[in-house]
Amino acid sequence: MLVSILEPALGLIIWQVVIFGVLFFILAKFAWKPIMASLQEREQSIDDALSLAAKTRQEMTDLKAGNEKLIGEARAERDRLLKEAKEAGDSMIAQAKADAQKVGAEEIEKARAAFNQERINAVAALRKETAKLSLEIAEKVLRNQLSDPKAQESLVSSLLADAKLN
Amino acid sequence: MNKKVYFSNFFAFLFLISSSLFAQEKHTDSTATSAIVEAKTGEEDAPEKGEMTEAFNPGKMMMEHIADEHEWHFATSGHTHYSIPLPCIVWNKGGLTTFSSNRFKNEHHEEIPYEGLKLEEGKIVAEDGSFVLDLSITKNVASLLISFTLLLIIFFIVAKSYKERVGKAPKGLQAAFEPLIIFIRDEVAKTNIGEKHYRRFVPYLLTVFFFILFNNMLGLLPGSANVTGNIAITLVLAIISFFVTNLNGTKTYWGHIFAMPGVPKWLLILLTPVEIIGVFMKPISLMIRLFANITAGHLILLSLIALIFIFKSIGVAFIAVPFSVFMNLIELLVAFLQAYIFTVLTSTYIGAAVEEAHH
Repeated sequence: MLVSILEPALGLIIWQVVIFGVLFFILAKFAWKPIMASLQEREQSIDDALSLAAKTRQEMTDLKAGNEKLIGEARAERDRLLKEAKEAGDSMIAQAKADAQKVGAEEIEKARAAFNQERINAVAALRKETAKLSLEIAEKVLRNQLSDPKAQESLVSSLLADAKLN
Repeated sequence: MNKKVYFSNFFAFLFLISSSLFAQEKHTDSTATSAIVEAKTGEEDAPEKGEMTEAFNPGKMMMEHIADEHEWHFATSGHTHYSIPLPCIVWNKGGLTTFSSNRFKNEHHEEIPYEGLKLEEGKIVAEDGSFVLDLSITKNVASLLISFTLLLIIFFIVAKSYKERVGKAPKGLQAAFEPLIIFIRDEVAKTNIGEKHYRRFVPYLLTVFFFILFNNMLGLLPGSANVTGNIAITLVLAIISFFVTNLNGTKTYWGHIFAMPGVPKWLLILLTPVEIIGVFMKPISLMIRLFANITAGHLILLSLIALIFIFKSIGVAFIAVPFSVFMNLIELLVAFLQAYIFTVLTSTYIGAAVEEAHH
């Protein structure tokens, strides 16, 4: 009995060769081939999807970095503009102040010059008037008291005293 | 893993020896060839029952369960035999005859010759001693055809799902087999054969793996045939692996066998024969490993069951049954393991054969 199980039966060998051979060719052609092909295809598509995802992620990161850069630039630009505007404003105010001061000073100067002129004119007019008045007084005195010399003298002196105006 | 393999091999050896002893013992005192031998014991319980009791020969029972047969025998209860007759196809004296295996039995279930042919220890031989080519659909061939059909149906369904569900996640049977298919492709073929060549060997490795796995599993069913535990089956598988390996051998591979580079010339006289023996030892080891592991598993299970009949006590069943359940679970693991080992070893042999020079 031991020998019989260790002794391969020729009929079974032939059947096994035929059955296994047919099984191999049918499975290889109609099962393993499509299975392997679609497994490979699926793995390929998964690989592609993964690499696309990685690429997209990289692009997103790049985009985010770009955005941040743009925002930074915009912020800097805004700061710069604000600063410039402030500077411009300051300088304009300073300019205006300086201009106003200058104009004011000029006006004061002008006023002062005009006043001086007026005063000179007034003094001159006053002198003229005084001289005229003196002459009128002198005329009156001469007319009224020319007979009495003493009276003439006192009159002249009193008139002179009155005429001491300046 | 290797430890486990050697362990089962050891058991196989042990049981083979013990079984042969049982068998020889029987030959000396009995001429009957059926599994249950009718004999008058004339001892203890015979007088009480007053009928023929059947002496139980465990070695013979186990061997007959492991060996191939011309009918599919499921059970025997008293004198009723539950079995399916299988077709016998016999080439003898230049002619092909086809008949049912029932023709070898008379109404009393005794073996009788048919048309000059007779059954001798499960083998068909001619009464006149002429050459007989027995192409019968034996129990193993029938079981092979069942596993063949099962494999085709299952993998056609799987392949169909792959075609219909392109680019989608696997589902159902496809999802059940995909991890195994990918495992064989990536961990067995790609790892052992290498990126460059593995593709063309994947179909063979997958077929071998699933063929062995399915037949191992089917062999565990009660009343089933012991296909992968039959040396003819493992012989064919090993020979195919041998051809697949050596027909794909590169110059480097044959160079390493006939003139190992970097070895002194005089040592080659010793080394070359060893290498040549190695070429043949590889398939022989594949053949014996699978055969012995599966046969060992069946023998252990049968021995545990036989204990009940040897001790003629139902009490033994309380020990034997849990043990055989445990062994069945181990056998499930072994079914996977042996299919895997056969495939891995074949792929490493192929890997060594197709390897490019890299010195």
